[in-house]
Amino acid sequence: MSQTEKIIEVENLVKKFGTFTANDNLTFDVYKGEIFGFLGANGAGKTTAIRILCGLSSPTSGKAIVAGYNVGRYPNKVKSNIGYMSQKFSLYNDMTVKENFRFYGGIYGLSQKEIVNKTNFFLEKLEMEKTRNVVLSEIPLGWKQKLAFSVAIIHDPKVVFLDEPTGGVDPITRRQFWEMIYENADKGTTVFVTTHYMDEAEYCERVSIMSEGKIEALDTPTNLKERYKVDTMNDVFIKIAR
Amino acid sequence: MSVNIKISNISKSYGAVIALNDISLDINSGELFGFIGPDGAGKTSLFRILTSLILPTSGLASIGEFNVVKDFKDIRRNTGYMPGRFSLYLDLTVEENLNFYASIFNTTVKQNYELIKDIYEQIEPFKKRRAGDLSGGMKQKLALSCALIHSPKLIILDEPTTGVDAVSRMEFWELLKKMQNMGMTILVSTPYMDEAALCDRVVLMQNGNLLAVDSPSNIVKAYKGELFAVKANNMHPLIDELLTLKNTSQVFRFGETIHITSTQGDAVDYVTIVKKHLAEKGYEDVIISKVDPVIEDCFLALMDKDVE
Repeated sequence: MSQTEKIIEVENLVKKFGTFTANDNLTFDVYKGEIFGFLGANGAGKTTAIRILCGLSSPTSGKAIVAGYNVGRYPNKVKSNIGYMSQKFSLYNDMTVKENFRFYGGIYGLSQKEIVNKTNFFLEKLEMEKTRNVVLSEIPLGWKQKLAFSVAIIHDPKVVFLDEPTGGVDPITRRQFWEMIYENADKGTTVFVTTHYMDEAEYCERVSIMSEGKIEALDTPTNLKERYKVDTMNDVFIKIAR
Repeated sequence: MSVNIKISNISKSYGAVIALNDISLDINSGELFGFIGPDGAGKTSLFRILTSLILPTSGLASIGEFNVVKDFKDIRRNTGYMPGRFSLYLDLTVEENLNFYASIFNTTVKQNYELIKDIYEQIEPFKKRRAGDLSGGMKQKLALSCALIHSPKLIILDEPTTGVDAVSRMEFWELLKKMQNMGMTILVSTPYMDEAALCDRVVLMQNGNLLAVDSPSNIVKAYKGELFAVKANNMHPLIDELLTLKNTSQVFRFGETIHITSTQGDAVDYVTIVKKHLAEKGYEDVIISKVDPVIEDCFLALMDKDVE
């Protein structure tokens, strides 16, 4: 992680829905190659913030720059320069593995040749060559999650947003998934991740915890545990969010 | 008022896919019993069989004196079920949903209010709101109220805490304990291994098979080998290094440490060997401490065995 190059810059970001303030003056930076955990209770405002950072919603006031583009002014530039994956929606169940790669590669403007190369690269890496022509609905969840992550980074984005990527998968697959995250962060991809598994919060380089629209804490897991005088991130979370 | 459950050699197949593979399990009356396992383990299929919503391919199951196939009417009268996906009527209000479910079971909200009071009070201020407009947490509380409104002897909850934050999960488990104290048998499934510790007994499930059935403390006691947590200055490559160690199994990231299990020899010698090995490879600030296994360690060990 390089502390110099900022991939996400958020300054005094506010988002209101009517009289309700979903994001209350958020300010933080995320660096190149960093694994950044974005935690908070249900309803704390995480989804709203992620939607803004992905260019899907514009801030009421304040500034956010993602992958070099102002999200309010150039939302489409932001969209084409980031990757996104969530547990709820990622790939198309009625298309084959290959078709999913081709579809997303096409959306991100890759050439036919690039799409073929990337598809081969990921399938070989995941040891899933045999699934190339299998319809996605027939593939086990754990494999799907790994494919979805690969598809999300098919266009080599500077930052990838992972929204609860490991929900429901078995503990071995969950760990394999994190190995993929580490590997890509080491190569310089910034990883912005939400999770309800508190052991996964420990895997992040820095973690922010939101409560009622505000960022209540932002630091390394080690520093957070020291500050709140507890042994686990689970206890830190409970102290802040309760 | 609670009931026991008897599951004998239940199998369920969907075409070529085996969802449940010859499962036998007895659950005691009044027990808070957990089904722990990832998606695809077979938890939902088993719950649907117990609630008489689908038929087993083979095998028998009964709840109290009632057979889940033959006596499905009695089963439904005595069982509350909260499915994994929110299944109430989105276009009815909170109050309308609750009244609807009460009337289906020939009862009234008033008659059984005591049972749902603790939960329902939290959503009562929104009783005129349509269910579709509720937040996730409120939907969950409404679904639980509706599942309890006919005063069932057994309540079956399919992954009630999936996607729920750590604080709300803790609160939900406090509610389950209260329900148990009111005298219900409770079956609950979860993909979160740490929630196993809150059950009287648990079954660990994977790919339609039972890996272990016991109290959480006995499952932990049965862990084979001695478990150590390792930390060093450079955590990313450390896991690959630990995978090369001799007499070591179960190398897994675990929060801020990596868990390894020594398969033979004296613990003190083992620590010395590991420390020496890591020092030779240039690791600094190495900390190795013996730790007690948790359910997730056991699950990982049992899964590994299952794969072999």
